[in-house]
Amino acid sequence: MKEKIKALKAAFSHTIPVFTGFTFLGIAYGILMNSKGYGVGWTVLFSFMAFAGSAQYVAITFLTSIFNPVYALLMTLMVNARHLFYGISMLDKYKDTGKLKPYLIFGLCDETFSIACSTEPPEGVNRNWFMFFITLLDHSYWVFGSTLGGLLGSMISFNTKGLDFVLTALFVVIFAGQWKTQKDHKPAVIGVLCSIICLVVFGQSNFIIPSMIAILAVLTISRKEYAEKQELAEGRVQ
Amino acid sequence: MTLTPIQTFIIICMVTIGTIITRFLPFIIFQGTKSNNSYISYLGQVLPYSAIGLLVVYCLKSVNFKSHAYGIPEAVAIIFIILLHYWKENTLLSIGVGTVIYMVLVQAVFI
Repeated sequence: MKEKIKALKAAFSHTIPVFTGFTFLGIAYGILMNSKGYGVGWTVLFSFMAFAGSAQYVAITFLTSIFNPVYALLMTLMVNARHLFYGISMLDKYKDTGKLKPYLIFGLCDETFSIACSTEPPEGVNRNWFMFFITLLDHSYWVFGSTLGGLLGSMISFNTKGLDFVLTALFVVIFAGQWKTQKDHKPAVIGVLCSIICLVVFGQSNFIIPSMIAILAVLTISRKEYAEKQELAEGRVQ
Repeated sequence: MTLTPIQTFIIICMVTIGTIITRFLPFIIFQGTKSNNSYISYLGQVLPYSAIGLLVVYCLKSVNFKSHAYGIPEAVAIIFIILLHYWKENTLLSIGVGTVIYMVLVQAVFI
């Protein structure tokens, strides 16, 4: 028990930015759902079950058009395809997490991923529980934020046009944060350029999968150069 | 509400299933792969950065640079977010201010 509390405390400090971000995003999401006629109950259920911010935002369009579950599934696969990348990135880290593993994978959203791939627990803190609490806290923040939004949405009314930009802002912030801490900007540039080229070539409804393939291809091609650079950097340290 | 409660629930299940598939698939596919596979660990190092780049582009996919606002509200808000984030490094502040700027621009300036 003591071990878990220790891990929870260590995890909490890392999740504060997510708490603020998810409260914002969640409120925006809850209000949007409300403005389309879906009460707080639906919002809570959706956030609890799916725990996929951008897919849920996109899903609002499925909830406000003709009933088409197959399309909803396919679009979700497209929108969430980036999570395949996260999974590949976390294979190693989540390898020995035992019974917590299914939940860690279930909760591997953008924000949990960005913490989990860049953070190690402080000394003496159980790594598995640390990862678990980061995931659980983020999940709770999302449910909490969207609940709040759903409640607020039914009480107040204001012009919500442009509110969905909150998602863009979040990713720009993550991008800027990574850019600041990372010396090698090539992977970030590859991600942006491949996506823009594919967007122009394949159009906005079909570019995600080609972008992922292009990114994987370019990263694979530039792997040798990366390895050489790493060796050089390590050599310099020694 | 456009859909019936049962239809709504089915859509929610579909989105949940879609999410679960994309999150679990890599772990299922690479279950037997050795963890010290150098290609996988290379991808683990570089992919996070590329993936966020893809996400940013994904969010901006429907911006129209050829007509109406010409993407100006998005550009202004993003530049502001980046400057603010480099200066203050406060996630909440950057997201909040950026979103408010964008909302003001699309509601009052570029109607």
